[in-house]
Amino acid sequence: MYAQMVKSEASTDDPELLAAFQARIDAGEKIEPKEWMPEAYRKTLIRQIGQHAHSEIVGQLPEGNWITRAPTLERKAILLAKVQDEAGHGLYLYCAAETLGVSRDDLTEQLLNGRMKYSSIFNYPTLTWADIGAVGWLVDGAAIMNQVPLQRTSFGPYSRAMIRICKEESFHQRQGYDLMRAMATGTAEQKAMAQDALNRFWYPALMMFGPSDKESIHSTQSMAWRIKINTNDELRQKFVDQTVPQAQYLGLTIPDENLVWNDEKGGWDFSEPDWSEFYEVLKGNGPCNTDRMEARQKAWRDGEWFREGLMAHARKSAARRVAAE
Amino acid sequence: MSSEWPLWEVFIRGQHGLNHRHVGSLHAPDAELAIRHARDVYTRRNEGVSIWVVPSAQITASSPSEKGPLFEPANDKVYRHPTFYDIPDEVGHM
Ligand SMILES: [Fe+2]
Ligand SMILES: [Fe+2]
Repeated sequence: MYAQMVKSEASTDDPELLAAFQARIDAGEKIEPKEWMPEAYRKTLIRQIGQHAHSEIVGQLPEGNWITRAPTLERKAILLAKVQDEAGHGLYLYCAAETLGVSRDDLTEQLLNGRMKYSSIFNYPTLTWADIGAVGWLVDGAAIMNQVPLQRTSFGPYSRAMIRICKEESFHQRQGYDLMRAMATGTAEQKAMAQDALNRFWYPALMMFGPSDKESIHSTQSMAWRIKINTNDELRQKFVDQTVPQAQYLGLTIPDENLVWNDEKGGWDFSEPDWSEFYEVLKGNGPCNTDRMEARQKAWRDGEWFREGLMAHARKSAARRVAAE
Repeated sequence: MSSEWPLWEVFIRGQHGLNHRHVGSLHAPDAELAIRHARDVYTRRNEGVSIWVVPSAQITASSPSEKGPLFEPANDKVYRHPTFYDIPDEVGHM
């Protein structure tokens, strides 16, 4: 998912207010920005929504990498539209976070100085055109698993942003699968590229859900607040169960020798990803962490004169209008 | 990071004949660009036929703590609803 290992804060508020707040959540009420909420709920949500927003924004980079090299005009238009959607998702989420009292610039600054994270998945490179298919199919597919239940999250603006996002995500996954299908049914070389993309993205996609959090206190608190709806393991299992038959249809092999149908649980048994790799990527040592951060920092620096210029123009025009009145 | 663009609230009329509805917010230096950004952010799939933007700072909202005094007076005025009145069947539809 796009928000991984979000730590919850401990509550220090008045127990009576806390109980009343919890009762509202348990009754399925939405919490709106100006209403009373525990400080810990507010802080945890800023962290979670902020991380989610950053992931949408940084997530444009691996796909943007292929826009100029898309093999057909149609694929190029599709990829452009998809990447533009991701920018939109980032913006919906930043706005939701801002209703909690954090400014956009503050969020941006925290991404650029590394205090806030984005999903580990975007630190992997997109080496071939087939990777663009794998990203849409697997990465957006994994994101959907997490985002669909979050439409019912307790915080109103977050829930509404999720509803908008989910409406758009299904196009993302389908265009990815469609691209993979074209590759998998193409020449032997193209099919090999599709298999290679699946091989490289399978485990990073499984890592998106984060390590098992069955016993995590953060997770328990977040679930009580309904800002997390399922455990990481539940979502990962659902993702594997959904994806295996899709891969079989393409004639591609999931790179896992231990993948076997388990009749008892009605799902697939599968190998865990290498969690030490996950922690390394989070620490900044993934294949593309430096590139991604540099690209964001450069975009922010290079845009500064433009942001300021437009602001200066807006102030001047406003002054001129006042003078004319 | 000094000159953050101000925040605007965006309202979209989804179809002719409907009210504009709040869809979200965005940052823009002025009203004209706020409309353009709103077009890109909120109507990529024909979601609208008209856009309003309003500086968020210009919105006055009722406060949640006033919810009681503001809205409770309407609770005990059942006679404002048509179902309060019994119309005999013989009179027909009214
Ligand atoms: Fe997205
Ligand atoms: Fe997406």
